[in-house]
Order: sequence, then C-alpha cells, then structure tokens
Amino acid sequence: MSTHTEHADNPKAEAVKYTITLVVLLILTAITVGASYINFGSGNVVIALFIATVKGIIVALIFMHLLHDKPVNAVIAVAGFILLGIFLLFDFLDVDSRTNPQPINLHPLPAAAAPATAGAPAAAAPAEKKE
Amino acid sequence: MSTTEVLHQDPHGHGGEHDPHHQHHFTTMEQQFDTSKIGMWLFLATEVLTFGGLFAGFGLMQNKYPMEFIEAHEKLKRWAGATNTVVLLVSSFTAVMAVLMARTNQAKKCAMYLWLTVGCAGIFMCIKAYEYTHDFEEGLYPAKYYSHVGDLIPGSHGYATFFSFYFMMTGLHGLHVLIGMGLMSWLAIRASRGEFSDKYYTPVDLIALFWHLVDLIWIYLFPLYYLIT
Repeated sequence: MSTHTEHADNPKAEAVKYTITLVVLLILTAITVGASYINFGSGNVVIALFIATVKGIIVALIFMHLLHDKPVNAVIAVAGFILLGIFLLFDFLDVDSRTNPQPINLHPLPAAAAPATAGAPAAAAPAEKKE
Repeated sequence: MSTTEVLHQDPHGHGGEHDPHHQHHFTTMEQQFDTSKIGMWLFLATEVLTFGGLFAGFGLMQNKYPMEFIEAHEKLKRWAGATNTVVLLVSSFTAVMAVLMARTNQAKKCAMYLWLTVGCAGIFMCIKAYEYTHDFEEGLYPAKYYSHVGDLIPGSHGYATFFSFYFMMTGLHGLHVLIGMGLMSWLAIRASRGEFSDKYYTPVDLIALFWHLVDLIWIYLFPLYYLIT
C-alpha cells in the first residue's frame, strides 16, 4: 500500500504535525469560548459558526487525512455537505415564505368547504392555536 | 483470459505470498483498503445528513423562540461543554496517533493510544452524565415532561422545545460516543494481539474516521448549545 505509507515514511514528523494540529484546535476552542463572553450582537453566531467550520475543516483535512488521501474520499465528504446545503436552503426558503409555519391540521377548516364535518375540527383548532 | 484462469494462476501477484486479510474478490490489498474507505466515507456522509436534519430543526425552532432559547441555553454549564470539547479534541488526536502507530508496526503504542481514546470518551460521558443529572434535578426535561419553574415567559413551549432538541442531539451524539468506545476497546484488544501492521490496519483507520466525525459533530453542537446568545 505504497500510496498510504508515503507520508508515514517519517512517523516523527507525522506525530509532530498531529500535535501542532491539536494545539491549534485547542487555541481555536479557547478563542470561541472567549468570544462568547463578549457581546457582538448577532455577530456572536457568525463568529462561533465560523470558528467551528475552521475547526471542522482542520479535523477533516489533517486528522481524517483528506489532504493526502485519494480525492474520491474528499468528493464523497464534500458531496455530503452539498446535499445538506441543498436541504437547508429549501428548508429555510420554505419557512421564510410562510407567515405562520404551523402544521396544516392546526388551522380551522373553512366551514363552507365541509359543513358536515367542520364542527369538531373548528372547535378544537382555536384551543391548539394558542400554542 | 477468463476470471477463473486468473484465479488459478496467482490471484494476487505476490508470487505465492498471500496476506491472510486479503479477500479474494479484490485484486490487491490496496484496492481492498480503498474500497473499505469509500464505504466508510459514504456512511459518514449519511451521518452528516442525519445530524444535519436535527441541526436544521434546531435552527428553525431557535428562529421561532429566540428569547426562550437564549434563556434556556444559560441553564447549560459552559465549562462542562468547553471541557468536553477539549476532551474530544484530545481523543481525536490519540485516535489519529493510534492509526499512525498501527501503520508503522508499533502494536503496543497503538493499543495504548486506543485505550487513551476510550478513556477520553469515558471522561466525556461522565461529564455528560453529570450535566444530565443536574438538568433533571432542575426539571429540565424534554417536551411535555419539562417541569422547570420560574421561566421569564411562563407557559411558552420554547423551553421544552429547546430541551427536546438538546437531549435528542446530545443523546444521539452520546450514543455515537458509546458505540465508538466499544469499537475502540475491540480494536485495542486486537492491536495488543499484534493483528495490525503496515500491511493491514483498515479497521483502525476506518474507526478513527468514525471517531473524528463524532468529534466534528460535537465541534458544532458545542457553540450552538452552549455559546450562542
């Protein structure tokens, strides 16, 4: 398995690289905890998620070997996040386009559309709508 | 040349030398290793999507109950979350060191690093158990079991929603940690028997990948639950 051992020729250098990575990750953790005590308004969320993403990329590239691994693994990893992005995009677009995102069965049924059965759901609905 | 002829000759091209781990449907050990790894990455991609759905739900509910979520998050212990982040990062380091030791034929050190990883995971679970116990004492339960008194917005469903997501996500993550502990222990026993070498270390490599993903998920869980204000 020559392709996998090419960067293990020098195990000491590898160990040093992993140690430095760990130290960087710990420093980033300290920064993100420290930043959470300072009020940047809505910037806090952005800072926290930005640092988390940087940490995640470092873990994926170094600890999970994506940097030196065969590209197909990175393709699968990135594809996973792209699919998640598509899911989140349409999810939030949908919610943003609604004024009252409730399950449809929480709304009172129009009385004219179903006069025979409208009684029970319409009576139950106002109580649930207080949620 | 037909497949059977190939098999009847030398299937692996090593001149009779046959790795006992080499399965016959793979041409080379390298192909076998790469195939396993692609399979693991596919699994990790599905894990990202599983947790991604929960993160999306959390984001939507935070949007709906912003005040309640800020108040509820202050009931979580920031130091506990931060300590757990450090513990998991260290365990990721020991896991990657175990892989390095496995592929450089240092079986004893490999086993040692694997046990250290199990130990870190154990510390993580202890802190988590302490946190959960403390939450339960205050009546911070998920959904309809939420019984904390003295919230700023009495009767709001936002608090129970926050703790539903909190217990669901940290609970699912904790389950992954427990599974990881089991797998790491199994690997450590195998490593101390000298079963891994530069010729065959696939299980160590793949389970380390799983462990890094567990770490990666916590890297996002920690700021979202403990830090965001």
